[in-house]
Amino acid sequence: MANIIGGIGSSHIPAIGMAIARKLQQTPYWKSFFDGYAPIHDWLAREKPDVAIIFYNDHGLEFFLDKKPTFAIGAAAQYNSYDEGWGIDTIPPVIGNEDMSWHICNELVEDEFDITICQELGIDHGLTVPLQLMWPENSYGHMQVIPVVINCEQHPMPSPKRCFNLGRAIGKAVKSYQKDLKVVVFGTGGLSHQLDGRRAGHINKEFDLMCLDKIVNQPEELLNYSIRDMTELAGSQGVEFNMWLGMRGTLVDQVKQLHRNYHIPISNTGAGTLLLENSL
Amino acid sequence: MSYLDNKTPIPGTIMFDGHMARVGYGLNKMCYSLNAQSARDEFARDEMAYCDKFCLTKGQKKAIEDRDINGLLEQGGNIYFLAKFAGCLGLNMQDIGALQTGVTLEEFKEKLVTAGQ
Repeated sequence: MANIIGGIGSSHIPAIGMAIARKLQQTPYWKSFFDGYAPIHDWLAREKPDVAIIFYNDHGLEFFLDKKPTFAIGAAAQYNSYDEGWGIDTIPPVIGNEDMSWHICNELVEDEFDITICQELGIDHGLTVPLQLMWPENSYGHMQVIPVVINCEQHPMPSPKRCFNLGRAIGKAVKSYQKDLKVVVFGTGGLSHQLDGRRAGHINKEFDLMCLDKIVNQPEELLNYSIRDMTELAGSQGVEFNMWLGMRGTLVDQVKQLHRNYHIPISNTGAGTLLLENSL
Repeated sequence: MSYLDNKTPIPGTIMFDGHMARVGYGLNKMCYSLNAQSARDEFARDEMAYCDKFCLTKGQKKAIEDRDINGLLEQGGNIYFLAKFAGCLGLNMQDIGALQTGVTLEEFKEKLVTAGQ
């Protein structure tokens, strides 16, 4: 039986990928952010997961506005990253698990989550940056990845509650997968930030810290926010917290926080890092 | 009722909804094409001719010419696609942040640092 051993929340902002490419991890600006990943590296080395389910959003690499799925899941043997137009490096191919992806998709549709199933899916910084953060020097070659994409680019967007429930359904689907696999789930993006308009640079530290507190063992208290609330409080891109809620939904009710870090600013963002251990 | 039925504006923020997605379709499609180096080269050779290929409006073309990010947002530009246009100009998200808020890059960075204190 497949088991989810834990969940990880992480930023995925492009500037991190740029910093990795330029080996800036130990420079004053970046040090405390990158050092926040050491306990996660130790945990991953100890627990040795086989599969990473990664919630992220596609920032205009795979999906244009001609067809914009609310939820999409990768079901490919391999995923490639491509030129995003502004200079971030591509990373070596990422290995998938088609059989497990299809199992999850079958279960989700049965559970009335009508996802878009993707046998080809170009992956952008939303997925590649977290992989590079968790497995430095691109040492993720042993991992099988299942991408889960949530629309954060065009309104209407799914509610926090819906994303949490999607996570629940994915968690249930993983448990009914018959192969013996250890699974880790990533919620990527956020926390508060706004890239666009006259309010660009909006960050809400107090709200971010509250979200980091509540998501551990009171996530239901975060589920009544609307996307409009999230936009007002956390900025246009603060809605990326939906991916964290998806991750949290896959875990059991009471989890153990093993590590947490919060750093402002990374680029325009309040950057959170969180490691949650799941009870089997 | 959709959360989008609440028409009270969020200060300094344009909700990229169905209306904006329609208004900005050609502009965003042009920006999306800039994922490809060949398109970026073509854009650089003749920006306005490239805009015409995607049927940008006069106002959108003017905003492209003027590097007016707020103007592009008001005319249906989506920030994720505009980021690709900005990339062509050698600008990152902090440069864009400063441009949109009418401050220098240093002032913009300082504002972010202050938010963390």
